[in-house]
Amino acid sequence: MLKRTPLNQAHREMGAKMVDFGGWDMPLHYGSQIEEHHRVRRAAGMFDVSHMLVVDITGEGARGFLRHLLANDVDKLKEPGKALYSCMLNPRGGVMDDLIVYRRGEGRYRLVVNAATAEKDLAWLYRQRDDRVPELDISPRRDLAMIAVQGPRARDRVWQAIPGSRAASEPLKPFQGTEHGQYFMARTGYTGEDGFEIMLPADHAVALWRGLAALGVAPVGLGARDTLRLEAGMNLYGQDMDEDTSPLESGLAWTVALGDGRDFVGKAALQAAPAVRRLAGLILLDKGVLRSHQKVVTPEGQGEITSGGFSPTLERSIALARLPAATVPGQVVQVQVRDKLLKARIVKYPFVRNGAPCYDEG
Amino acid sequence: MSIPNDLRYTKTHEWVRLEKDGLVSVGITAHAQDLLGDMVFVENPAVGRKLAAGEECAVVESVKAASDVYAPLTGEVAAANTEVEEAPEKINQDPYGAWLFRVKPDNAGDLDALLDAAAYQALVDSEEH
Repeated sequence: MLKRTPLNQAHREMGAKMVDFGGWDMPLHYGSQIEEHHRVRRAAGMFDVSHMLVVDITGEGARGFLRHLLANDVDKLKEPGKALYSCMLNPRGGVMDDLIVYRRGEGRYRLVVNAATAEKDLAWLYRQRDDRVPELDISPRRDLAMIAVQGPRARDRVWQAIPGSRAASEPLKPFQGTEHGQYFMARTGYTGEDGFEIMLPADHAVALWRGLAALGVAPVGLGARDTLRLEAGMNLYGQDMDEDTSPLESGLAWTVALGDGRDFVGKAALQAAPAVRRLAGLILLDKGVLRSHQKVVTPEGQGEITSGGFSPTLERSIALARLPAATVPGQVVQVQVRDKLLKARIVKYPFVRNGAPCYDEG
Repeated sequence: MSIPNDLRYTKTHEWVRLEKDGLVSVGITAHAQDLLGDMVFVENPAVGRKLAAGEECAVVESVKAASDVYAPLTGEVAAANTEVEEAPEKINQDPYGAWLFRVKPDNAGDLDALLDAAAYQALVDSEEH
């Protein structure tokens, strides 16, 4: 039996094609994935991300606990509501999960973790808690739903849909969240566009979803979520990194705070194993579509595509690929696609931000 | 989705139409494009290539996945539809109009061995349950 979010029925009524996504019954698209993609880049789209798990961590030892468990440093969170993207590593330096952590106040943190890894993450958090800070409260918030609204019109539409929300959320900087009654509104997302991710009581979700739809916000499925995040150059857990890959070889060195004198799980392993590969962007010069697991041939050695697909904004195929560290942007490499070697250029990603191409050919 | 009565079908979701000039047009069915989603790339066989029935001979790629197209019958590729190669979304818009390539069959009688609309409908129904 697949798990269902509070919006399951609403998706079906809006004509969604539903798929099994890691044990969740989720919308793939509502007709056309490419149309949904463009709606987000040009106006506003909404995503049901209630399958992701919110975990509240509360107590005096919360700060020290998270400084030990996360590769990024929660002490960077100075302002209230500020968010941080981080990996949670295993002792081998592999990525157990990537997550967002919000500091809601003194000793009050909120994590948002991936759906497919939620149970594993919770088990790990509980075990570490029991060993280190037994009095800490760790609460999975299955009572919350989460809706992301993204695009240049997204914030306006949310303010129209949630009375009184503008005063609380307009001052938010990117990567910052705030409480608004029973809602938690954060200026975050997974598309490269402005917008909010809204956590709210599960029984409010349908009303907000329908309210946004009535304002012309398009429902967007997992298909477009993937092409949007790929254009935005954002990693997908399980594809661009996993338990056996270092964040330093996954384009995530910027999220690993190695220089602050702090010890954290996985740090020793990272320091013992310098990166010999790196995550790079590819733009296909020939016709065709790049896909994950295709081999990349470079003069510096072989690599592999971790995420590939068709970019609706650029109208050509793009990819993230793990390549030898000595490769450089601007270089033309070859990708094995079926029986052919196709030409692709290494670029600095992201590929698209705020509706416009932004990649750098080096 | 209605399945045209005047076409023949394969178990691998190609449709086949006998044209007035004796050539056979090949495309993918409405059911197939619906499963694949928005189409973004078509790779057709070269004109002049000899095909054996059942052979992988073209590739259609959607936003979701690449999918092989199989030769419905034995013959020689007589034409490739460059319009569809330039605008693969035509497959979504008009799956039974957007032919991919045309084959000059070695034996026109081979068409009779393919599924008719009723048999293809039964195949689609069985896959959906």
